[in-house]
Amino acid sequence: MVPYLFVGFGALLLASAVMVVLHKNPVTSALFLVLSFCSLAGIYLLLQAEFIGLVQIIVYAGAIMVLFLFVIMYLNLQHDIERGAHIALRRGIGWMVGALLLMFAALLMVRGWAPGPVAPPAPAGEGGNAAAIGRALYSRFLFPFEVTSMLLLVAMVGAIVMTKGRRGAEEERA
Amino acid sequence: MADLLNNPVFATALWAVVKVAIILGVLLGVVTYLIFAERKICGHMQARTGPNRVGPMGLLQTPLDVVKLLFKEEFIPEAANKTIFHIAPVLAVFPAIVTFSVIPMGPPPMFVVTDVNVGLLVFLAMSSLGVYAITLGGWSSNNKYALLGGLRSSAQMISYELAMGLSTIPVILRSGTLSLGGIVEWQAGTYLILGTHIPLPSWGIFHWYLVLPFAIFLVTSFAETNRAPFDLPEAEGELVAGFHTEYSSMKWAMFFLGEYFNMIVICSIMVTLFFGGWHGPGPAYLGLFWFLLKLGAFLFFFIWVRWTFPRLRYDQLMNFGWKVLLPASIVNVLIAGAWLYWRANA
Amino acid sequence: MIPVGWTLGLSALLFCIGVVGVLVRRNALVIFMSIELMLNAANLAFVGFAHQLQSLDGQIFVFFVMTVAAAEVAVGLAIIVNVFRLRETVFVDEINLLKG
Repeated sequence: MVPYLFVGFGALLLASAVMVVLHKNPVTSALFLVLSFCSLAGIYLLLQAEFIGLVQIIVYAGAIMVLFLFVIMYLNLQHDIERGAHIALRRGIGWMVGALLLMFAALLMVRGWAPGPVAPPAPAGEGGNAAAIGRALYSRFLFPFEVTSMLLLVAMVGAIVMTKGRRGAEEERA
Repeated sequence: MADLLNNPVFATALWAVVKVAIILGVLLGVVTYLIFAERKICGHMQARTGPNRVGPMGLLQTPLDVVKLLFKEEFIPEAANKTIFHIAPVLAVFPAIVTFSVIPMGPPPMFVVTDVNVGLLVFLAMSSLGVYAITLGGWSSNNKYALLGGLRSSAQMISYELAMGLSTIPVILRSGTLSLGGIVEWQAGTYLILGTHIPLPSWGIFHWYLVLPFAIFLVTSFAETNRAPFDLPEAEGELVAGFHTEYSSMKWAMFFLGEYFNMIVICSIMVTLFFGGWHGPGPAYLGLFWFLLKLGAFLFFFIWVRWTFPRLRYDQLMNFGWKVLLPASIVNVLIAGAWLYWRANA
Repeated sequence: MIPVGWTLGLSALLFCIGVVGVLVRRNALVIFMSIELMLNAANLAFVGFAHQLQSLDGQIFVFFVMTVAAAEVAVGLAIIVNVFRLRETVFVDEINLLKG
């Protein structure tokens, strides 16, 4: 059952990711990205990471992508006609680099991959995955946790300052 | 066939499907009569009788309204983004239904589809997905009123989601689990008020540090379901009908259905978190009855509020969300955490 | 138990799609989305290894990556909005302020 679901979610993930890259309309791209994040959350659930899976939906699908959609609607980007110098050439280069990378990855997977020793299953811990992650976050990883909270604060202040604009700018233009 | 039925994986899946089918069927019926109840109650609040012509006491009013909606002509604006226009109403209903799978409606394991150990997160995740329906519906209609309504509502829902998430944290702190079944579990039994012999049910609301979170959750739940006094997205006076201006027929009905589903979901979560879930006097098999009774009381309260309070202005709404509810819920987490720590270590 | 090779393969494919997106598209917003795809490919590999090794550390790392991604998106979108205000475009070819 689980392997079939994994393959299904994986196929959905890849298909929607490809559509993100290929679709002309940025809103549709963003929606396909939401779909790929949701299928990724499904894969996380299958990999016994239920906390991460749901946080993935809350953070990525519920917050980040809504922000994306907001900006796309605000800028009113409906028709994405891409132009510029040597666009075909650069597209070709992009696809080739992607294919090369894929070949490299395949090579690594085939040649260099040796499965390491499998650790004995750790005791599941009381309260399941979420409780265990919480315990680790507030003990061993307390310092990085606090640092990321500072990072979020800085990013928030930065975003507000940047989008608010200078006070004089509006008046000068008027 | 017998082998298949004895296979535990298959049996679990089959049971889940049966429960889902029952819940879905019952929900559709409940929503039909919730709409009828809303019209009746609002009628009596405004000193009129409400619908009473179709069927005995007007009981057939909403089922026939549904039939009417099914047969109505569907109008799709010329300049609309067709695909997204079709998807948006589906997104309005789907997250609400998913949340029902984790709500314990009676003693486990009979009355809950699946009690996952991150149930509360499922609710938060699905309520955060609810934004898409309104934003996309408003945007794809290619209508300025719809777009404004959609943008307003997504800003509103994102702002109030934060306070809502934070107001559930004291409950999690107290119960020590994210599973809704576990949260109901710790609300079993009674406890004595400090220094007296008066027994109180051990529900969340009867713990002093959970009163303010409940108030915040209640207020944010009105905003999350886009109900008055926070129904800015569809402020008729200024935005025609908000995000669903261009929707007609069954698609409009889906949005309507989504709103009522959301209302039932959020009331169930409130009952689960703060009002003891299915706990009540009497034997355990009365659990479903108590749950439905509390749920009904909350639904009535929602309708009552809608027909009592005027709508807020948009800037008031945003100020209230960011400058009152959010700080209050953060302070609340601190207070509840400090109290629980002190009590555990004193 | 899903073999870690499957997860890694999926992660590699996803990462390549992200790379192609960054190189092929000219729209700054779509490029940004492709970067998100690559970040998620890394997350998937982390979760896959965490599953294989039965350890939580990989999942905690994913948690941090998500916070950083959220911060990055907030700042990045603010930059894009500002650029759009100045130049009326989000196509990276036309954003050539430094070229004089």
